[in-house]
Amino acid sequence: MADLVKFTIDGRELEAPAGTLVIEAARQNGIEIPSFCYYEGYSLQAACRMCLVEVERMPKMQVACTLPVMANMVVKTDTEQVRNARKYTLEFLLSNHPLDCPVCDKGGECELQDMVFRYGAGESRFTETKLHVDEQQWSPVVFYDAPRCILCFRCVRACDEGMGVGALGVVNRGAMSLIAPNHGDHLECDECGQCIDICPVGALTSGTYRYQTRPWEMEHVGTVCTHCSDGCKTTLGVRGDEIVRGNNRDRSGINGEFLCAKGRYAFDFYNHSERLQSPLMKVNGKLEPVSWSTALKAVATKFSSLQTSGGKFGVIGSNQTTNEENYYLQKFARQVLGTNNIDHRRTGDVTTLVDALSGKTGKLAATTDFYETPAVLVLGADLAVEHPFLSFQIRANYRHHAAHVYAVTPDVVREDQYSVQSIRKPAGTEITALEGLRSALAAESGLVIAFSDSVKGAAVHTLVEFGESLGIPVKYAALVDYTNSRGAVDFGLTPELLPGFQASGQVGLTTGEIVTATDLAALWVIGDNPLQSATLGSTKAFVVVQDMFLTETAKNADVVLPSASLYEKNGTVTNGCGEVQRVKRAVSTLGTKPDLEIIGLIAKEMGSAAQMGPWSPDAVYNEIRSKVNGYDIPLPMVLMGAQQTAPVNGRVGVEPRPELVRSAKENLFTSGTLGRYSKILNSVIERRAGHAPSEGNS
Amino acid sequence: MTFSPELEARFEKFLAKYPADRKRSALIPMLIYGQDEVGSVTDELVEEVAKRVGVKPLEVREVAGFYSMLHVGKPMGKHHVQVCTNISCMLVGGAELYDQACHKLGLGHKQVSADGFISLEEVECMGACSWAPAVQIGYDFYHQVTPAQLDKLLDGLKAGKNPDQITEVPKVNC
Repeated sequence: MADLVKFTIDGRELEAPAGTLVIEAARQNGIEIPSFCYYEGYSLQAACRMCLVEVERMPKMQVACTLPVMANMVVKTDTEQVRNARKYTLEFLLSNHPLDCPVCDKGGECELQDMVFRYGAGESRFTETKLHVDEQQWSPVVFYDAPRCILCFRCVRACDEGMGVGALGVVNRGAMSLIAPNHGDHLECDECGQCIDICPVGALTSGTYRYQTRPWEMEHVGTVCTHCSDGCKTTLGVRGDEIVRGNNRDRSGINGEFLCAKGRYAFDFYNHSERLQSPLMKVNGKLEPVSWSTALKAVATKFSSLQTSGGKFGVIGSNQTTNEENYYLQKFARQVLGTNNIDHRRTGDVTTLVDALSGKTGKLAATTDFYETPAVLVLGADLAVEHPFLSFQIRANYRHHAAHVYAVTPDVVREDQYSVQSIRKPAGTEITALEGLRSALAAESGLVIAFSDSVKGAAVHTLVEFGESLGIPVKYAALVDYTNSRGAVDFGLTPELLPGFQASGQVGLTTGEIVTATDLAALWVIGDNPLQSATLGSTKAFVVVQDMFLTETAKNADVVLPSASLYEKNGTVTNGCGEVQRVKRAVSTLGTKPDLEIIGLIAKEMGSAAQMGPWSPDAVYNEIRSKVNGYDIPLPMVLMGAQQTAPVNGRVGVEPRPELVRSAKENLFTSGTLGRYSKILNSVIERRAGHAPSEGNS
Repeated sequence: MTFSPELEARFEKFLAKYPADRKRSALIPMLIYGQDEVGSVTDELVEEVAKRVGVKPLEVREVAGFYSMLHVGKPMGKHHVQVCTNISCMLVGGAELYDQACHKLGLGHKQVSADGFISLEEVECMGACSWAPAVQIGYDFYHQVTPAQLDKLLDGLKAGKNPDQITEVPKVNC
């Protein structure tokens, strides 16, 4: 750590490491120095002049955002001169900024508006006509209103440095300057919307949120994104039981303010017109709406009779349901239905990694490790597309700590731009590149290794042996696809494992075997779509599907129970790095129920309620704490933020099933069934298809 | 996109002048000489220069938009008259010179005559404050220009002469 420097701000004697900027030192001590262009984490711009302060023995006011603290420096941030400077800066910024706050989306949470209210530059001495430029739509989600732009260039830096995309630039000069998209009149980018979030004014607005509401009319519900396994916290803006916005401006959660297109915009599947809002039952070969009680009774009666007659059950769980639901489902399957035929779509070899790390502690990488560890090795994954938050963390690590990034992937990836070594290997052969990297990696002081589904089974053991032989601290992450893929494995949605990676010791059918079994008596699918491209082997099976939509699987069902999405329920989920986070209900959709409640109600109808215990998320969580390895985390800790599960610390005594592991390779704009029903993701995909790629975007 | 052999040779010289990882340093000279040949900074030129110096086309457009001597999209006339109206020139009659040019040529800011021979632009500081008011035609500078001198220059151009042929007004050798 750099030496501490002593200095004074507003009469307070403070100290900070040498090199700290005055604006940061002040903020860390609760002294606000306003700024538009300065933004923590990005390069310095010194464009807005809002942070001018007085410094004793310096002849003119100084820009606090580029001035490092110096020994015995005396800074004043609240003098008549400073206040005047801020007022005049605002007057200058307003010389072209329209006063359309009443119709501007940003009104109420606008940094410029706040400053003008505080410093009161209500009157302008400028008589020049304001320059008008028409508003432009750059993509389905990004709109630019040039006159509102105060040219702080936050968006340009967020896109270039934060995202590694560099889709925004500045054209023209002086007062005529404009922010410009990379393809003339439109953007080709990740559509992450970081530029919109970071805009201090209403110059960049969001296609989904614009003109929908005012900020103070929304309730803000912090929950976890329902798409990929990075587990970003998203704060949903809810108005009148409708989600109108997703962002994370309060920087709570593991992801700070980062969100990708899916976390920010793709909440709109929940009110799609095809959303199921009533249970359906097959009557004369056709699915007809019925009441919940009829549907539940039908399921319970059939399940009970099949169980008595010893019929073969198959249960397929989801990657998107909560931990509580997964735990409760497998308990129901194993204890009430008496079957071990339970599985889910496996998207990464977590089990083998846990096994390979047995006996070792502190070996599973958390999302913060991607930001803090001096070196990162990526195997097989195109992180920027498949795991945007991890990719963002690595870029920030490179920017702030000059991290060494190594990428071994089949194709060109964004990490190549700042990697020390990028190696191309066909999928499945990534680990053959390891020995070539040995000397470079062994010279690092710490390493995180993230690997995709192409490294599985024996390759994971080889990888861990290699990592452990480097003689440096190494942490690992098995990349998985969906928001709770990790929770599905952790809670025993596989025939071979019980919750907490305990060997089940029983035989059971896997997803593929369940689907093809000709003697299956009942198939129960919760939030998955195994029949999307397969036909059920058993013609007489009683099929029950819990889903939000009439998927290919649901169309084949005898009973369809409409379930609530992750944004409509409470509970916890575990991200790919094993971090447990709380999900919170933001809205409700009439006619649907959370899967936990549906399972509970079926249990009740079957007379097994006492055996199953209460189906409230908190009650199930308490049971999980006492029964599931690694999950003894007090709920308040989860409420406060992500808590990583404890290591299992023992061999997982099961045969690895690498052949069952297959990632769906979801990209920035796809997300299984949810993606299919997200209007905004579809419009982005359509728009991109409409524009033939014309110039290099790398 | 291909250029004349002379320009290709010139580009090669520029690119060879800078270290391999600093090729972007050749961006501005390539744009200005490219513009001389193409007529303006066209989309095609932007793409080509971006490719050759290894930057994104957007980065080229950022540079091209910043410099008033680079004309993005629309070509200027064969003889491009530039009148400075920034503070030093404005204080000694630059703005009046610009108005005079507008009236005389019947052109506004960045407008081109119908025959493409003359164009006019009100420019930001051209670094000739000590000799204000300054006027530039093509790459030629005229210092401490009087309204009478400007008239002569513009009349000459309107009569189809090149600036070299308008000997009454001394051009600055820089």
